[in-house]
Amino acid sequence: MISRRHFLHATAAAHALALASGLGPLGRAAAQQRLTEADILRFEPLGQVTILHVTDIHAQLVPLHFREPSINLGVGPAKGKPPHLTDQAFRDFFKVANGSADAHALTADDFTQLARTYGRMGGMDRVARLVSAVRAERGADKVLLLDGGDTWQGSWTSLQTRGDDMVQVMNALGVEAMTSHWEFTYGEDRVKELAEKSKAAFLAQNIRDNEWQEPVFEPRKVFEKGGARIAVIGQAFPRTPIANPRWMIPKWEFGLREEDVQKQVDEARAEGADVVVLLSHNGFDVDAKLATRVNGIDVILTAHTHDAMPGVVTAGRTILVATGSHGKFVSRLDLDIRDKKVAGYRYKLLPVFSDAIRPDAAMSGLIETIRKPFAGVLAEEIGRTDSLLYRRGNFNGTFDDLIAEAMLAERDAEIALTPGFRWGGTLLPGDPITFEAIANATAITYPACYRMEMTGAQLKDVLEDIADNIFHPDPYFQGGGDMVRLGGVGYAIDVSATMGRRISDLTLLKTGKPLEAAKAYTVAGWASVNQGTQGPPIWDVVKAHVARRKTVRVEPNSAVKVSGA
Amino acid sequence: MAGPIVYRTRRNVLHMAALAAAASVIAPRLSKADAKAVEAEIKKLYDGKTMAEGRVKLDVPQIAENGLVVPITVDVESPMTEQNYVKAVHVYADGNPLPGVFTFRFSPLSGRASASTRMRLAQTQNIVAVAEMSDGSLFTTKAEVKVTIGGCGG
Repeated sequence: MISRRHFLHATAAAHALALASGLGPLGRAAAQQRLTEADILRFEPLGQVTILHVTDIHAQLVPLHFREPSINLGVGPAKGKPPHLTDQAFRDFFKVANGSADAHALTADDFTQLARTYGRMGGMDRVARLVSAVRAERGADKVLLLDGGDTWQGSWTSLQTRGDDMVQVMNALGVEAMTSHWEFTYGEDRVKELAEKSKAAFLAQNIRDNEWQEPVFEPRKVFEKGGARIAVIGQAFPRTPIANPRWMIPKWEFGLREEDVQKQVDEARAEGADVVVLLSHNGFDVDAKLATRVNGIDVILTAHTHDAMPGVVTAGRTILVATGSHGKFVSRLDLDIRDKKVAGYRYKLLPVFSDAIRPDAAMSGLIETIRKPFAGVLAEEIGRTDSLLYRRGNFNGTFDDLIAEAMLAERDAEIALTPGFRWGGTLLPGDPITFEAIANATAITYPACYRMEMTGAQLKDVLEDIADNIFHPDPYFQGGGDMVRLGGVGYAIDVSATMGRRISDLTLLKTGKPLEAAKAYTVAGWASVNQGTQGPPIWDVVKAHVARRKTVRVEPNSAVKVSGA
Repeated sequence: MAGPIVYRTRRNVLHMAALAAAASVIAPRLSKADAKAVEAEIKKLYDGKTMAEGRVKLDVPQIAENGLVVPITVDVESPMTEQNYVKAVHVYADGNPLPGVFTFRFSPLSGRASASTRMRLAQTQNIVAVAEMSDGSLFTTKAEVKVTIGGCGG
């Protein structure tokens, strides 16, 4: 297991902004710490190879706000350890100054004020600028650019072009290999088509056709960089057919396949690889466990759980990198390779502050071309928000509360269920709610907003099942994501209890009465993984509701009582 | 109950075809009560004989992607000679309405006591495999398979 002494702060130097002695309230001194592009890129090169990692971009082509979670509980061996730290504890651990640009990028408190100071993050033209600057500085033949997946889904343009926009952008960026998860929600045929069109090798060692158990995609690929042979093994999200509609990928089986990872590593070594990299979509905690059980992996580029850390975690010889999401960050990892071993490394999480980074002109042009046919739809202002709308958090997000409220109102339901997705942008108080903002939180290929009856007992079973997929003490049983959000119902959860015993005190908020086990309630929800689910697309439901309310205000949610953390 | 026999790789087809002829889906009948009761009944089926741990390898997913067709492979470490071979492997699922899943029968001609198929699982439960050796000794192993509705995030 990973112990505290294994945690490194490789990038302490890069983040050596003084601790906030005497800074006063958060954000007070922020304005003095504006970053420049040079600050962001500053890096003392090491060794002969640079790996650049982007992941979980969720099809966000243009800069946005994205608030990191204020609640991100770790259980079992991960309890209280990075990445399961938030706000002050996170800043203390990584030596990030309060009110600094990094504090804004990485933590959630004081989000609104810092967002106004530091502006939006991400944007693929900014990412392109950073990538080309690193290539220019280091020499393109020494740089390997890898994408951890969840790239083709998450925006209106990606949904309308069925992922094609992102393939164009990632091809222009020069990604050399990728793995995947939400990509599969376009279905088998489309994934194959796009994998073909993608210049990046589409790697996934853990997908088999379920008739012959044969690999569907290339498991790994070797890249020669700076004179070193780097074997990259792809690991798609192991639970895709459980977490997303299996009917869209009926012929494919996934799974963690730990023994096969070991086999891939051994084969790569036998073929003379100097470095072995796992390009993974397992989720951070799963990879932290895997690193202690599979021998010979030098680097795991983690994804899925959207964790961003300004330093790496090591487990034995394995270095784990967490690059965050939505194009907010690019990871740079320099490796000094000697005698087929990583003799040294240097890491920096480059924050993509859109105001500080000069956009890459060619990429800006491509993005404009892609967005042009949809410009009118995207820009349509449906309403405004008076309060911060965000998604991340283990139990609540105000954007999800808005979606739940929309379902209760528009679908005439007593209870609303909205999934604990970790993607989707953040809106600041006073921001317009454009159709693009709604789509950023809802754009999926199975959007039907269903309406059905469920008993209190059924609802509890659903919550227990999902809670076990998040708070199971063994990371191999964790699916990533956050608790389903409830509209109209409050509950208590003991995250350290066992399956079936975590959820209690289910209460119908309207009446204040306990939910009755045998009574049927009208429930609205969306993102059902069942085939043939009926109902209007969720974005229409949210749009109608916001249009009716004109200005929305979502109060902090206190309906979930958490214990055992 | 067991579905059609499915082979793991093309390479194994010939080898496995020999087994298929010997396989039959006639696991002893058990009625479901709970995991403990099923365990007790399995013991009873074998006259309370000692069952040693080991030698049987059960390859099932920790988490089922689809409870309707859960892949399962059993593999018994043993010589397959006239003097010493694996006679049969019985598989039970202690949370199914009918816990008996299948029995594969082997002979020295099987070459190897290994087989794959798919089973249907109603809920999260233990899969128990019992290997019967030609000398009458019994070996067993157990694995839990989680059947979940999911919940997705990243």
